[in-house]
Amino acid sequence: MSQPSLPIRVEVNGRGRSVEIAPHHTLLDVLRADLGLTGTKECCLVGECGACTVLVDDRSVDACLVLAAEMDGARITTVEGLAAGGELSPLQRAFLDTSAAQCGFCIPGQLVSAQALLDRVPHPSRAEVEDGLAGNYCRCGGYEQIFEAVLAAAADGRPVPQAALPRADIGDRSSTPDADVAPQ
Amino acid sequence: MTIGQSPARVGGVERVTGRQQYVADIHLEDVLHVKLVALDVARATIGRIDASAASAVPGVRLVMTPADLPDPVPRFGPQLRDRPVLAVGETKYHGEPVAAVAAETLDAAEEAARLVHVEFEELPAVHTVAAARADGAPQVQDPALRPNDPLAGSNVLREHRYAWGDLDAAEREADLVVEGSYAFPMVTQFAIEPHTFMAAPSGDGITVWSAIQHPNWLQRVIADLVLLPLSKVRIVAPDPGGGFGGKQHAKYEPLVAFMALRLGRPVRLVLTLEETFQAVRRGAAEIRVRSGFRRDGTLVFRDIDADYLIGAYADIADRTVAKGSYTSTGPYNCPAVRIVARSVLSHTVPSTAFRGFGNPQQIWATESNMDEAARRLEIDPLELRLRNLARTGDAFIPGDTPADGEWPQALRRAAELIGWGNPPPAGRGRGIAVGLKEGPTTGLSYSTVRLLADGSVVVYAGTSDMGQGARTIFAQIAAGELGAPVEWVTVVMGDTAVVPYDQQTSASRSSVLMGNAVLNACRDVQRKLRSMAARLESVDEAGITVDAGVASLPDGRQLPVRDVLVRGLGRLGGEVIGVGEMRKEAQLDHPLGGTAAFYEFNATAVEVEVDRDTGDVTVVRHVTVSDVGKALHPGQVRGQDEGAAIMGLGHTLMEHYIYDDSGRLRNLGAIDYRIPTSMDLPLEMESDAIENGDGPGPYGAKGMSEGALLCVAPAVAAAVRDATGVAIRDLPLTPERVWRALQEEVSA
Repeated sequence: MSQPSLPIRVEVNGRGRSVEIAPHHTLLDVLRADLGLTGTKECCLVGECGACTVLVDDRSVDACLVLAAEMDGARITTVEGLAAGGELSPLQRAFLDTSAAQCGFCIPGQLVSAQALLDRVPHPSRAEVEDGLAGNYCRCGGYEQIFEAVLAAAADGRPVPQAALPRADIGDRSSTPDADVAPQ
Repeated sequence: MTIGQSPARVGGVERVTGRQQYVADIHLEDVLHVKLVALDVARATIGRIDASAASAVPGVRLVMTPADLPDPVPRFGPQLRDRPVLAVGETKYHGEPVAAVAAETLDAAEEAARLVHVEFEELPAVHTVAAARADGAPQVQDPALRPNDPLAGSNVLREHRYAWGDLDAAEREADLVVEGSYAFPMVTQFAIEPHTFMAAPSGDGITVWSAIQHPNWLQRVIADLVLLPLSKVRIVAPDPGGGFGGKQHAKYEPLVAFMALRLGRPVRLVLTLEETFQAVRRGAAEIRVRSGFRRDGTLVFRDIDADYLIGAYADIADRTVAKGSYTSTGPYNCPAVRIVARSVLSHTVPSTAFRGFGNPQQIWATESNMDEAARRLEIDPLELRLRNLARTGDAFIPGDTPADGEWPQALRRAAELIGWGNPPPAGRGRGIAVGLKEGPTTGLSYSTVRLLADGSVVVYAGTSDMGQGARTIFAQIAAGELGAPVEWVTVVMGDTAVVPYDQQTSASRSSVLMGNAVLNACRDVQRKLRSMAARLESVDEAGITVDAGVASLPDGRQLPVRDVLVRGLGRLGGEVIGVGEMRKEAQLDHPLGGTAAFYEFNATAVEVEVDRDTGDVTVVRHVTVSDVGKALHPGQVRGQDEGAAIMGLGHTLMEHYIYDDSGRLRNLGAIDYRIPTSMDLPLEMESDAIENGDGPGPYGAKGMSEGALLCVAPAVAAAVRDATGVAIRDLPLTPERVWRALQEEVSA
């Protein structure tokens, strides 16, 4: 069951990766199955739904429509690459703040398409947002909150630490090590 | 207290970073990939299956045919055990699998599936109501599956009849009878996550992975089929990437379970979107409505005769017919009613639950009929509805829960938001409609809540969070009751080995039924904290209250519960465990087996513009107002409400299955079956919620995730008629259909 394989080298989310790919496999196949990057989603496989949207050299593409063999030397950004250094991007934060993610399955594609839009048009109009996300289905129908998130992110572009959550204050427990209070 | 606020979704960070693991994202070591084998016909007798070429493909480990299954081939189904694990003897709809291949790679499985040679002889198929009900029509189902059923010789699976009042007397009283026939198409759930199924032998049992809405129900189905005790069947149910009803009941879980047990290895089946279209859909319907009115607009009778076109196997489709048609009088007081609704089997994709559960079909018919009545009576459509709407406490369906909301308030609000009463701009039209859905009729939910030593909380709830945001709601409830920040609450779901029983995630029940179970579990924790505080403070327990993270003592002192907890637990630490339960009991003499836990009520008003040259309908403004009791999380309420509305626009304007004459489904997949995108939205959309705190859920909440879908179609069609004068009684209102109707109007 050995299949012909082809070595390619790509930069994915800032990291160089060398992979042996099957010549007929798509970028989506390789991202999900060979590189273990499952944030990019598989749905229609005909380039209609946008669930598999990634950036290739800063352009948004449907990963299901691109042969991985064409990607040798390309720079690819997936949803996993949007939160840089443990900080949510402004877009990701805005999606959280506006309750934009419902089931969440389309959200990676929506985020990548929105990032491509903001990279090109930092302060889009609502019509430009609708146009920029026209290739991304959301069956939960959360479009309004998604648009609001993109517009909010465009208006206020600072990243927010991902771990900025309140921490439990449970007092000083250092004086009672577990082994003292619960001996075997 | 975060109830009524909109904290970030629990699970939201995972969803925006790509770390949320849906079923297909889970990697199982040593997994085999499965591909289904189906014939490109609707119906055929299955002859010899030759797997030799397929088996010779390197990496193929099994070509599963009915011969590899127990004899007789096991069948399953939530209403009738009629669906075989693989088609036996005859394939009954386009896409029904007759075999399945398991191989080391997906490539090998796909190649081998193409090489499985199946001898077959095509048979005549029925895929319309007329064909299925014609004399001498081919039988979809083997009558032996329905012993002692007088209808077993026909394609009518069941006929449901509901009636009250004296219809004949009411007919004599009526000044006007309005009749019409209305058609609703087959449409599909189209969750963006295609259905995925995995199974693996585990010790002396089995584990099945599925984005199933009812994990405990699936556990029973698998246990019955593979003859294991429930304790040896583990269902792992990751959050579905959209469910919409399509993921309620077992589809290919039994197949992958048998394959995994036979192979002794994990197997994985990821359906394509096309295969998902051939796995789940909504029932189509043809509904005849006769309504009688007095001259002043009082509704005096309704006479409804409905054929719902279900598929080749019953799944839960007949229940959607029973329950959807039952409320065909809508939210109106109507003294005389006769409803007859049939579930008609056909050689098509088995229909199943889909957001709205049998109601959007009849609401399309009855509310369109109401609009026609308004015109003929020359009464404003809003006024006609207000005149007949049930008021709070009215027993509008005899023997069922009385009207449980201020429905006229919601309808008036929708009218106000669309500017009803002011004429629309030239060339535009407005429509308004109402929708009602019976909530869950029975329910049983358990929850366990653990208050950990640092005051953080773990909630266990068997609900599936498929986008409705149940995880967040339960976290909010626990946070509020136990005084923890929402961010300190972890909600564990989707694993029958860990999480206590829940009946199902359906009928917009979870905030109400599981929500109350979580609330009760939190109150159990509070009771235990109360006795802890009584012991610590040497006071009578009865004088202590614990709420929202504070213990109030008889002397007026207020202690943070975490102080009570830390001192009460003592040096060994530990935790406080609460259990909660919520039941909605069955009522066996009720036609549905139980009364409504609550009603979902929605009023929708739209303004449209119709391009007379192309027939294209633009929804200029879409207003949806749902009676939600209490918006526990307004951001999520809005998301569910708008989302349901947009989904409703799908079946209203663009979505429908197209079958060819031989019964093959011709528009499989995303290119030929369109759902609403950002380019298809109303130019303006407004969602509003009526909050009177009058629901049975926590803090007065009602279920609300389906309401805004219910009456989109009749509201839009009424607006199209208002704009053009043309009434259309078949959905969807595609440009072609609207254009043709306009041409006929011109030539008439």
